[in-house]
Amino acid sequence: MQITPLIAAKAELTSGGLPAEPIVLSTRVRLARNIVSFPFPGRANSSQREQVLHTCFEAMQDLHDFEDGHLLETLKLSPLEKQALVERHLISRELSQAEHAGGVAVSADQKVSVMVNEEDHLRLQLVRTGFNLDTTWNEINALDTEMEGKLDYAFSDQLGYLTACPTNLGTGLRASAMLHLPGLVMQEYMEKVVRMVNQLGMAVRGLFGEGSEATGSIFQISNQQTLGESEQDIIKRLSSILHAIIEQEQNARQVILEKKPARLFDKIGRAYGILQNGHLLSSEEAMNLLSLMRLAVDLGLLPEDYRTQVDRLFIEAQPGHVQLTAKGEIEPRERDKQRATRMREEFAQAPTLNYKNLSYPAG
Amino acid sequence: MAKPEQCKHCQKPATIHLTQIVDNKMHQVDLCEDCPFKQGVTDPEGFSLADFLMKPPAVLSARQEALKCEECGFTPADFKKTGRFGCPHCYSTFSDLLQPMLRNMHKDVVHRGKTPERARQRVDIKRKLTEREEAMTQAISEENYEKAAEIRDEINELKKQLEAETSSS
Repeated sequence: MQITPLIAAKAELTSGGLPAEPIVLSTRVRLARNIVSFPFPGRANSSQREQVLHTCFEAMQDLHDFEDGHLLETLKLSPLEKQALVERHLISRELSQAEHAGGVAVSADQKVSVMVNEEDHLRLQLVRTGFNLDTTWNEINALDTEMEGKLDYAFSDQLGYLTACPTNLGTGLRASAMLHLPGLVMQEYMEKVVRMVNQLGMAVRGLFGEGSEATGSIFQISNQQTLGESEQDIIKRLSSILHAIIEQEQNARQVILEKKPARLFDKIGRAYGILQNGHLLSSEEAMNLLSLMRLAVDLGLLPEDYRTQVDRLFIEAQPGHVQLTAKGEIEPRERDKQRATRMREEFAQAPTLNYKNLSYPAG
Repeated sequence: MAKPEQCKHCQKPATIHLTQIVDNKMHQVDLCEDCPFKQGVTDPEGFSLADFLMKPPAVLSARQEALKCEECGFTPADFKKTGRFGCPHCYSTFSDLLQPMLRNMHKDVVHRGKTPERARQRVDIKRKLTEREEAMTQAISEENYEKAAEIRDEINELKKQLEAETSSS
């Protein structure tokens, strides 16, 4: 397995980064870039795609960010390995399914990942735990500037960075935050929030982008528009919307605590019981139970360090990761068994939920 | 039970219904299980509903229909099918088609963000060129031919630089 060291390493999102924060799981910025004189990956022939992959990998291999990192060609990875990379948000489903030359460069701490030959020649991505949009932008901007010294980007003075899809044109920037919004979900306010956010030109997606209900009450909020504003302005606009949503979530939690604490504590208590005692857990159920444990930490019922543990398990409870741990492809039923065993082990030492310690809002 | 809808792409029964509000208008897209994967709906980064909603106007003039990118052979029909362009040069080829679409899609149609160093150098040289060319016209109109000749040399030097910038890249 090529990706074994990557899975074993402490990554930004699996306890390697800063301590996890309430509500905002992570912040992400990605830049779409293309190289002049090559057709976009969707149009390029196989020799052009190979050339692009080679050129980009060569440009990246000496960069400081990829020291002790990984340069992975997707065609040389097993389906399971690719699935695990998708679950870690290091590559997209589109790239994992591509049948042409493509790859990803991943930094040792998995903060940085650069996809080659996805929809665009290059998709640079930087992820940070918690709410850190400015830092995230500054860091990816620095990497982009370094890359630009080695590669000639397709750029027009009028239209900015030229991308395969005109929806990414201009800055090529997609900034997003992964938000944990159990309060708004329980109060059934999410529909309103989604409508408001959409009206402001931002998109709301689930953890893995589907238009479906977000498992674990996790939502990804990102900008839609990329042209006509500077990167800083896009980020400022997104940031103020995120602050508004965070405030709404805090209010929703407050209201639930005041009006129906028993219903909330019952949910949390049952989730705790199932994680400690369950024997079959689908990934969706596991996500929803873990989500309640994250809420329990925010409310002061569990120690702070369980928040980082929950965030790690959000990733490790995914089907690909369960199978990697089992060292091979296994049937869904067997996965549910192994996932439950893992949860029992992870929560065996967890202290009893301490309702006397209830404190909200935190801090 | 809602009545079964057909997938927008392949007419199979639709099981996925996406609703998005853009500019206060509700847009609904019905898709079958298979198509979203091809279209990248499940890809958190790549999918944008705008791909579905903001396609070029359905009716193109015969002249627009006949356009073809000289670099990659892409046509407006290809764009309609994929929602993506073929190569960077397509943006100049299909510039007329693109403008109204960009207006719907983005805040504005002019880039206001980062500019790569290389492009900035090109812009600087171009700006200097325009300025020097004006100065040369001025010198000629003043019948100061000695000065005009000096400026002409500078212009040639700038042109050489610009060419080097463009070809090295």
